[in-house]
Amino acid sequence: MATVNQARAAAIPRQGTHRRFSWMPYLFVLPHLIFFLAFLAWPFFYGIYISLFNFDFLRPEFRPFVGLENYANLLINRNSIQFGDFWRSMGNTGWFLLYSVPPLVIIALLLAVLLNGNYRGRNIFRGIYFAPYALSVTVAAVLWRWIFDQGGLVNSYLGNLGLLQPAWLSAIPWSWIAITICTVWWTIGFNTVIFLAALQEIPDSLYEAASIDGANRTQQFFSITIPMLRPVLIFVITITLIASANLFGQPWIMTGQFYLPTEPVMMRIYNEGILQNRMGSAAAMSVLFAALLLILTTINFRVFGQTEEQ
Amino acid sequence: MASASVPAERVSGGQAGTRLISRIVLYALLVLFALFFLLPLVWMFVTAVKPFEEWVQPNWIPNNPTFENFRSIFADPTLPAPRWFLNSLGVASVFTLLVLFIDALAGYAYARLEFAGRNLLFGLLLATLVMPGLMFLIPNYLTVNRLGWLNSYQGVMAPGLAGVFGVFFMRQFFQGLPKELEEAARIDGASTWTTFYRVALPLAKGALATLAVITFMASWNDFLWPLLVLNDRTMQTLPVGLATIQGQYTFDYGKLMAGAAVTALPVLVLYMFLQRYIVQSVAMTGLKG
Repeated sequence: MATVNQARAAAIPRQGTHRRFSWMPYLFVLPHLIFFLAFLAWPFFYGIYISLFNFDFLRPEFRPFVGLENYANLLINRNSIQFGDFWRSMGNTGWFLLYSVPPLVIIALLLAVLLNGNYRGRNIFRGIYFAPYALSVTVAAVLWRWIFDQGGLVNSYLGNLGLLQPAWLSAIPWSWIAITICTVWWTIGFNTVIFLAALQEIPDSLYEAASIDGANRTQQFFSITIPMLRPVLIFVITITLIASANLFGQPWIMTGQFYLPTEPVMMRIYNEGILQNRMGSAAAMSVLFAALLLILTTINFRVFGQTEEQ
Repeated sequence: MASASVPAERVSGGQAGTRLISRIVLYALLVLFALFFLLPLVWMFVTAVKPFEEWVQPNWIPNNPTFENFRSIFADPTLPAPRWFLNSLGVASVFTLLVLFIDALAGYAYARLEFAGRNLLFGLLLATLVMPGLMFLIPNYLTVNRLGWLNSYQGVMAPGLAGVFGVFFMRQFFQGLPKELEEAARIDGASTWTTFYRVALPLAKGALATLAVITFMASWNDFLWPLLVLNDRTMQTLPVGLATIQGQYTFDYGKLMAGAAVTALPVLVLYMFLQRYIVQSVAMTGLKG
């Protein structure tokens, strides 16, 4: 192998050990790097910087440095304008994580198991299950708003059955149910496809060996499928946590920008920064929430990744 | 499976029976879920083609189907709907071309070229993957504002070009190519650029097509960032426009569903034809992660 490489190095002067410095590779990465530095690396630091100022978007001449005051207003000063709104929105996002992540993971796994077999029409069903994911959040949310609205399908069927017709878009907990169903419908295909691909990677021989040992389908699922899926399971839980924590468009459209009981953190940051022009405190909210999310995903890796690290 | 003393026919008969039942249960479940995913879409199109007097009624087959809703949202002088459509088309197309160009170059460099700082840079790219996107929202808004790019096409597109998914995707692809072809080209005296452009890139057509489809769809569907930077109604894209008219037409779901259908149709058609590639690229991200 070494001799082959040496021969190649001799044949291609530029790939030898004494090759000349070349700008070419930098030119290749430069276009992406410019945007990367401007819109991913820089804002990371800039966001933290802004959060230390009383940063009024409309008054560029008046931007006093306030140190950690924005953070104190969110964490300690119970009487600040931000405190109550921020923690209510944190709670809202927290509830939505609890409502949405389990079905998005468990039902997706179930769907993937259903799709993982040799039968006619398998790819058609897979295509149908994934289809809503191809839509914009606006389309999904406007559509489900119509389905759940007063004269909508759900309430007209409930009415026919003589059942209670809740105000799905303006009462708790109904609004969360509507938002969760919309979200599951819209995004579960993504998780399903990832699980399905992972299921197809599990060698058949494992299942054959297990069935020779007399394990039934359920036992096989818990003793082979789940352990083999562990890395993908962690991945899916993580991206679902992050996606659900970014909840914004569904409540924005289904229950409205100013319906506080379903206002998630993202909408609070939008309303604080863009609507009220308090960019400093909005940036502080972003930093706090991002840090919390990082901790959450790290815990998730630690808890579910444990046995793998042995 | 059963003990040898059981007559063979009975075993196969019993197995065929349970297999048939499990098949029926399987298909019943599959169809049930398929209805859950499909019927809302059908309902969107059904409501969109109902005349004004009819959209409140819960009938699935319109009595007097009409394209009136589509006509009126495109003809309404207060709604720049045709402009939204063109904005979406233009932004998604140009954005996709830029992403292909930028990410193919960078992906190739990270996969094949050797240069000082490569691992450091690539590590930086990796690190941003674990950072929640919302951290960048407010600072990027201020950057775009300082550049004077609010309410502009470049303002909508620029932050997305920083995305690292496409770079990873192309790097992954180029790493999987056999090196021999490129090495042969180098021996023949081809420059780095020629080797990339004439040898590696033509082999990447499939990967580029996949990246193009998912980038186009993501850009077409994007909501939060365009909502943030596009206040001028004539500059907005369809998803943002649809969100603004839903306040206006709250009590006319026929028109709203027509707007939703116009927003959904292009991506649904794309999806129908290119479903396999889209699903495969998603599956790939999972297996890599």
